[in-house]
Amino acid sequence: MSGVGLDPRTAPTFPMAAKAMLGDTQLRKNVRHATDVIQAKRARVVAEMPDWQQLREAGKQIREHTMAHLDFYLEEFETNCTRAGGVVHWARDAEEARQIIVGLVKASGSDEVIKIKSMTTEEIQLNTALEAAGIHPFETDLAELIIQLGEDRPSHIVVPALHKNRQQIREIFQRKMNLPELGEKPEDLADAARMFLREKFLRVKTGVSGANFLIAETGGVCVVESEGNGRMCLTLPETLITVAGIDKVLPRFQDLEVMLQLLPRSATGERMNPYNSIWTGVKDGDGPRVFHVVLMDNARTEILADGEARQTLNCIRCAACQNACPVYRQTGGHAYGSVYAGPIGAILTPQLQEMKHAQSLPYASSLCGACYEVCPVKINIPEVLIHLRNKVVQQNTAGVAGFFDVEAGAMKAMAMIFRSERRFRAAQRLGRVVEGPLVRRDGKGDGWIGWLPGLLGGWTQVRDLQEMPKETFRDWWERRGSNGN
Amino acid sequence: MFPFGRFGLRVSFFITCYNDTLFPETGKAVVRVLERLGHTVEFPAGQTCCGQMHYNTGYQAEAMPLLSRFVAQFRGAEAVVVPSSSCVAMMRDHYPKMALALKDERLMGEVEELLPKVFEFSEFLTKRLGLEDVGAYYPHRVTYHASCHGLRNLVLGDGPMRLLKAVRGIDLVELQGLEQCCGFGGTFAVKNADVSSAMLAEKTTAVLNTKAEACTACDNSCLMHIQGALHRQRTGVKTVHLAEILAGGEG
Repeated sequence: MSGVGLDPRTAPTFPMAAKAMLGDTQLRKNVRHATDVIQAKRARVVAEMPDWQQLREAGKQIREHTMAHLDFYLEEFETNCTRAGGVVHWARDAEEARQIIVGLVKASGSDEVIKIKSMTTEEIQLNTALEAAGIHPFETDLAELIIQLGEDRPSHIVVPALHKNRQQIREIFQRKMNLPELGEKPEDLADAARMFLREKFLRVKTGVSGANFLIAETGGVCVVESEGNGRMCLTLPETLITVAGIDKVLPRFQDLEVMLQLLPRSATGERMNPYNSIWTGVKDGDGPRVFHVVLMDNARTEILADGEARQTLNCIRCAACQNACPVYRQTGGHAYGSVYAGPIGAILTPQLQEMKHAQSLPYASSLCGACYEVCPVKINIPEVLIHLRNKVVQQNTAGVAGFFDVEAGAMKAMAMIFRSERRFRAAQRLGRVVEGPLVRRDGKGDGWIGWLPGLLGGWTQVRDLQEMPKETFRDWWERRGSNGN
Repeated sequence: MFPFGRFGLRVSFFITCYNDTLFPETGKAVVRVLERLGHTVEFPAGQTCCGQMHYNTGYQAEAMPLLSRFVAQFRGAEAVVVPSSSCVAMMRDHYPKMALALKDERLMGEVEELLPKVFEFSEFLTKRLGLEDVGAYYPHRVTYHASCHGLRNLVLGDGPMRLLKAVRGIDLVELQGLEQCCGFGGTFAVKNADVSSAMLAEKTTAVLNTKAEACTACDNSCLMHIQGALHRQRTGVKTVHLAEILAGGEG
């Protein structure tokens, strides 16, 4: 039922995928409109907080402290969750997590599950694994439902169907829910989804969720959402299975005070989420009778071990960086070839792949810093991007292959030139000679280059380049000095 | 801060590699403005590049010797003026980290001493000298593009706009989407040429909507990018570095 997942191992490079997206007029209009709306809402509710910068700093410190003592807090969570009647499982990677979850669903005696929106289950392509095991997953988040019915893929962390507009959603519902007369008003679409989902909520006995936060101090799990469909999945099934990356832990219940201010304002531009669910283990006569938590590593400990990139794990998945990113706003999320798109995806995805795939993503940024500016926990994304670029270069230039890398060769030659004033001046003179055949005169008589070869050709596809001036600044400066000025 | 404007400073000028090679007029303009204000300009001859292109593209090892070179050229300077936000951002954001990575304690000390004396050109005028009116005349319709590094890393704020507002004869018009990146991003412009072009199209549209004759900025790198498209489209709109506007005199 679901489309082929976004897999960084098989995705085309970012520049190639982006090129295709840039040609999709409807997608670009949808993405621009949606990100504009969310950004304006966010700006409004952030501006009304006099202590926003202090909140960000508090958020950053809570996350940094957590990561510095992650082992301690994870074990504390396990102890407290177990004491409250939950069952904690540990998964080394995506494969282990899928096996555990499929096993737990089968043990629950159900061949169907209702799901709360969870990027972690997208990360491990859980739906594909469930279907392969004969288990039918029903997405209950409106956006995820649209994605699932449309056999599409999520393009945004918070609003996965952000690339679709109302008319496109209506068409999917008409087709998949067999409602040819369905109108296109938001109420019509919400009504259709409600009718479709309510029956699932009441019938399906097993639920699968992600988690926004795991609270070490109490063993509780927190999920925030806007629709209430998540609340249905958390309360109606007999068995609830939660999967969470090990980075989702928070030390104390009180830390939610900071996080539940930062997250909704950054994510959806709301002062508070309409539904904030926190549950701790199981309770007789209330909610699920069986509760499992799968704590998944999936390369997160490798990220933790990298001092400069560790801040990636501080992310609370608000997607403010995606909405603010001028690159994401042009391409939408699919170009990133990962469920984690935009600036956070550009640093998280290659690291989740242990830098073996998605090496073009750290370069999918102009380093403009808009992401860092809006990040509620102050992740310096440009700094991490640069750090990861260095890792990519080290991979590409290791061993014999490095000798044949055109870019690396050019960069090393430039570096050698910059290490000597004499060589630098020689290169400046040489540049004027080499560019000569490419220079054309414009009407004003100025020289311009309209075509460049090789790697530089990207520049001239839409831009001209003015010819080099006859005299460099330093030549002028020397001439001026010798003239006694 | 005002008295600084009266005492002549010994200003060491770091023009940056690409301004030296491609935009000498910007360098001349900086010299003209500083000398007009009564300061002495020095140009350490051994200077080349700050290392930004290498560092930001992932060639950190290649950028390291350029850090030592910069320090050697400018150590002991009273003030270092740089007509490029992104190069200043490179130094402020990364030089201390680079010196630390080199485990060179002397270099770390020198970087720590030198960095507070390094100023982006407009920043030097507004923050170090406390000036807004530098006596310029520029009778043209102009719009100002805030480069990302100036806006976010150096937090130049309205400094460049205050300098422009004080220019005689200028018809200054605000650019819509001021905080939006123009899409240059160094090697991003060639590595992700298509996305860069899409971002640039939004920027040039905003520039054209102002009906300005010229677009100015504190960075010739962004301007080279914007100018490349404005020329390709034969818009007749030109780009000009802020220093060249401030160097403009009457008559």
